[in-house]
Amino acid sequence: MGKTFTEKILALKSGKKSTVAGEIVTVSPDIVLSHDNTAAISKKFKQIGVKTVKYPGKIVVPLDHCVPAASEKYASNHKIIREFVKEQAIENFYDINTGVCHQILPEKGHVLPGTLILGADSHTTTYGAFGAFSAGIGRSEVASIWATDKIWLKVPETIKINIKGKIPLGVYPKDIILYIIGNLGADGVLYKAVEFSGNVVKEMSISGRMTLCNMAVEMGAKNGYVEPDEKTVQWLSSRTGEKYEIIKSDSDANFEKVINFEVDKLQPQIACPHTVDNVKSVSEVKGIKIDQALIGTCTNGRIEDLKIASEVLKGRKISKNTRLLVFPASMEVYAEAMELGIFQELVKSGAVIMNPGCGPCLGAHEGVLAPGEICLSTANRNFKGRMGCKDAEVYLASPATVAASALCGEITDIRGYLK
Amino acid sequence: MSIQGKVWKYGDDINTDVIFPGKYTYTITDQNEMAEHALEDLDPEFAGKVNKNDVIIAGENFGCGSSREQAATCLKYAGVGAVIAKSFSRIFFRNAINQALPVIDCKEAVDYIKSGDEVKIDFEKGELFWKEKIFTFKPLPEEILDIFNDGGLIPHTRKLLKIKKGE
Repeated sequence: MGKTFTEKILALKSGKKSTVAGEIVTVSPDIVLSHDNTAAISKKFKQIGVKTVKYPGKIVVPLDHCVPAASEKYASNHKIIREFVKEQAIENFYDINTGVCHQILPEKGHVLPGTLILGADSHTTTYGAFGAFSAGIGRSEVASIWATDKIWLKVPETIKINIKGKIPLGVYPKDIILYIIGNLGADGVLYKAVEFSGNVVKEMSISGRMTLCNMAVEMGAKNGYVEPDEKTVQWLSSRTGEKYEIIKSDSDANFEKVINFEVDKLQPQIACPHTVDNVKSVSEVKGIKIDQALIGTCTNGRIEDLKIASEVLKGRKISKNTRLLVFPASMEVYAEAMELGIFQELVKSGAVIMNPGCGPCLGAHEGVLAPGEICLSTANRNFKGRMGCKDAEVYLASPATVAASALCGEITDIRGYLK
Repeated sequence: MSIQGKVWKYGDDINTDVIFPGKYTYTITDQNEMAEHALEDLDPEFAGKVNKNDVIIAGENFGCGSSREQAATCLKYAGVGAVIAKSFSRIFFRNAINQALPVIDCKEAVDYIKSGDEVKIDFEKGELFWKEKIFTFKPLPEEILDIFNDGGLIPHTRKLLKIKKGE
């Protein structure tokens, strides 16, 4: 019996010949991510009683969750982090002018196929889009890895999700992953590795694959994975000169389950309050008034997302009753959007262009909601209180759906705007 | 070790945003202050009324969402003696062990036990006492139990690195 990608990589990183699902292994990660939580982690690290981190080169620290600082407390938090990375000679530190961690780790060449990446952020699953094993962990665990270079992981069973068919007009990777989450549920693949495959994934851009893997955690997955192909290699060639080894599941690997999804008849999808698996077709909820629209975050803040939004908004004005916030996922995306004239279109339509970062996604700043307000966002979570107010509602959809809805001031089916 | 306490019961998919809101994640650093906001957006009465060793009982996928460790820390410092659920989100499960907050997978018990009931838990034997009934649960695997028994991952790491108190 062959092995899955996850079984193979966890064997490799734990120094074993092979592993089997269910086994607990001790691994050394290649990259360890922490962001604004690095200050709290450094406090835990100091409690351990070790003076210096074991491998500063493995540590990557982008500031993104509340940038620039929204208050004295956030500013002090950032200050502790800047001092800590200096003290520990951590070179891979990215200050507030860089972007969201899950965008800049790949951009800066820290994500390679066949590597093991752990991060103190649940959406660390994103890097599976490049054929890495990546999963979220807690703060104490990052502190402990800094000190020991080791952590235990249980080898998960793998579920293969085959996405097949021809994507209809108005449907994007976000709609596909929302549909899958709605179908399988918030705990549909709890503690499992997920391998996305099928012709739709093969034909999908790297950006779209990142959206799939980013949201794999919203159905409980430990990690998401897309088998690297020429597109992956091409994308990475301009980002890194490092060598890497592509690891793939064997053709006779032991998948726990294979689930097939056909997209031929898929309509634009939307996650309704207050859970990510409360998914409906946009057509079922169209007409609901929105106070705020948000395009961006680690799920959908890439250049192709902004491009789609600007194509929808070009030459039109957003509704007077809605405010539209745009958060490019990184400064690189920001610069490219400027060069391509995307920002001009967005600004003329009435959008506010924000700085790269997480924005109000986790309720910290830059556009949090008031009681009774409704936001339609391209982010990955809509839990109660998520955008700073427990009496507000958050819906999740694709950048195209969000853009069309901003125009009308209500949830709108994008297909009416496409030809 | 065993504990006895009153039950607070909740549903499926209790996420980390309602356990510990994101707006506090970088502004509250004190563990006792974290406890004051435990379950704030789910049950505003909880933090003020919870007693030491009270037990949370919930359905599937408890702790889904963010990786924020404060979701486990705030419950621990609020005095919660254990969380019993039909299943746990994996990062919350790890965070709980790393904070030495007992997490118990016991599908059967969840359907019987109601809010306000008294329960007793014997962690070593893997037994949960409720009214006349005894539910059994599987203790944690040895590698993971060590972390829990050492009082969480930070003290456990100190032990592994043979760092003595005061160093």
